[in-house]
Amino acid sequence: MHFTYLITGGNFTHAGHASSQVKRILKQLNVNPVTIKRIVVALYEAEVNVVAHAYRGNIDVDIEPERVLVLITDEGPGIADIELAMKEGYSTASPKVREMGFGAGMGLSNMKKNSDKLIIQSQVGQGTHVELTTFLTQ
Amino acid sequence: MEQENFYHAIKVRTDMCIGCTHCMKVCPTEAIRIKQGKAVIAENRCVDCGECFRICPVCAIIIEQDDFDKIFDYPIRVALVPAVFIGQFPEEVSIDEIYSELMEQGFTHVFEVEHGVEILQHEHYNYIREYVGSKPVISPFCPAIVRLIQVKFPALTDHIMLLKPPVDIAAIYNRKKFTDEGYNPEEVGIFYISPCAAKVVAVRSPVGEATSEVSGVINMNYLYNKVFTGIKQARKDNCIVPLRTPLKDNSIVWSLTRGESAHAYGRSLAIDGIHNVIEFLEKLETQENPDIDFLELRACDESCAGGVLTTGNRFLTSERLHNRAEAARKSLKISANKNPILNYHDYIVGQLGLNRVPPRSIMKLDNDMAEAMKKMKKVHDLMLFLPQVDCGSCGCPSCAALAEDIVQERASLAQCNFVQRTLEERKLFSREESREILEETWGKDKFNRKWLLDL
Repeated sequence: MHFTYLITGGNFTHAGHASSQVKRILKQLNVNPVTIKRIVVALYEAEVNVVAHAYRGNIDVDIEPERVLVLITDEGPGIADIELAMKEGYSTASPKVREMGFGAGMGLSNMKKNSDKLIIQSQVGQGTHVELTTFLTQ
Repeated sequence: MEQENFYHAIKVRTDMCIGCTHCMKVCPTEAIRIKQGKAVIAENRCVDCGECFRICPVCAIIIEQDDFDKIFDYPIRVALVPAVFIGQFPEEVSIDEIYSELMEQGFTHVFEVEHGVEILQHEHYNYIREYVGSKPVISPFCPAIVRLIQVKFPALTDHIMLLKPPVDIAAIYNRKKFTDEGYNPEEVGIFYISPCAAKVVAVRSPVGEATSEVSGVINMNYLYNKVFTGIKQARKDNCIVPLRTPLKDNSIVWSLTRGESAHAYGRSLAIDGIHNVIEFLEKLETQENPDIDFLELRACDESCAGGVLTTGNRFLTSERLHNRAEAARKSLKISANKNPILNYHDYIVGQLGLNRVPPRSIMKLDNDMAEAMKKMKKVHDLMLFLPQVDCGSCGCPSCAALAEDIVQERASLAQCNFVQRTLEERKLFSREESREILEETWGKDKFNRKWLLDL
């Protein structure tokens, strides 16, 4: 099954919308609660990253009985040093974003922790592409 | 698990229900449908929050209680009274008068539930401090919330604190005390005066414990009327005023909003109102631990002061209890008497634990994921036919709920009035057929309005 969501950069009011939709779907599909939590937490982090850093983005969620694949693609500044960005506590978020309680530098590491496979590709000045895979063991 | 029967205190009186859909619209778990013109509650979805009881315009929703005369089956008759019961009464009625009238009504002992807090508070604090699982710890105090988490937020059941609430502590204490005094346990009747439907259920069909020590439940509104009438009509000079242990300030306000969280270990949050709770739990599920140690969640606005079986205004009740707590705080410095419940401290602490609370999701479309995916696809397709106005004319709370019911073979697409009209126009459906379907949902009465027939 396939679902698509749009994300608008800078709109924190709606950050989390896609993750709650996906959470609802996974609950209906009787995916085990622990796995749901991992997928949704990772997706939420990705969503907030796009809102905080990029201009716009979209989320593609593909669900198969054996795995959930989430693709997040954005148009934005891109990440210059992915390895550095993966470090806990490293953040390039603006003071304004931090004031709203985001930008603690845990985003990427949380995404890694809560997925089985994480692929990040980025081009500075163009945007970032993230692939999150979570395997479903029943 | 699926076949399990769930006991509920909330029942629909079909002789009074007019099938107006008010309850169906407010139910936070979408447990209500209209069939044959009457509200029908799905047992596996209902959490006994009582929102339907609150909104019903014709009092067709009732909350089951024990027959009051059942108390006379026991030589020892203890009334377990929550502090909010006392808080219902206007200022000019004294606590002594209330206690005395309760004795007049037939109880041999009156015991305020929140004495249990004197033992619980310390254990509560340590539980959170020593907790190693994923936080926040969620309070088990409100039984409607415990059930809400079971059915709607199954991933969060592990967060529920496994300590018995004050009412259980009060019941355990009284049972033990009277047994130690030489009574048979069967001679001791412990009756809980409940401020809501959920607590009735918690006593009769507890989650996380095998049985409850409470012998019966009496609805708070019923007893309030009885006691207040008694006080109003028979102001006597001589009456029995039982000796009572003063309740501590923290205990008095324990059942109110922030009653627990104010004394909890670490960073805590108190949320009241079931829709507020749902909003927060949705958030909690999508975020990595939000750095909160403890969540006090209560289904009713103003917590138990706003219980569906209370009579007094919830804000006034809450204010009175805060005033009482303030007075208790001042007098505490003078009297240093030890609460007798503390004599049983170790005995009670030994029985304080609850078993794990099992999840029982109402969200899943099927146990088998491949099957669930097929059903979800069908729901999605059905939604294209439905008007998405959530009018309720099909007898379901929303178009999405109807679509799910159809997929689960509990409803048919023709129940939708919009679909019906379209099918009729395209001659795919006769007028008689739609009439029959409408009558199945709404009953015959709604179509035989005399003034309409006379037109």
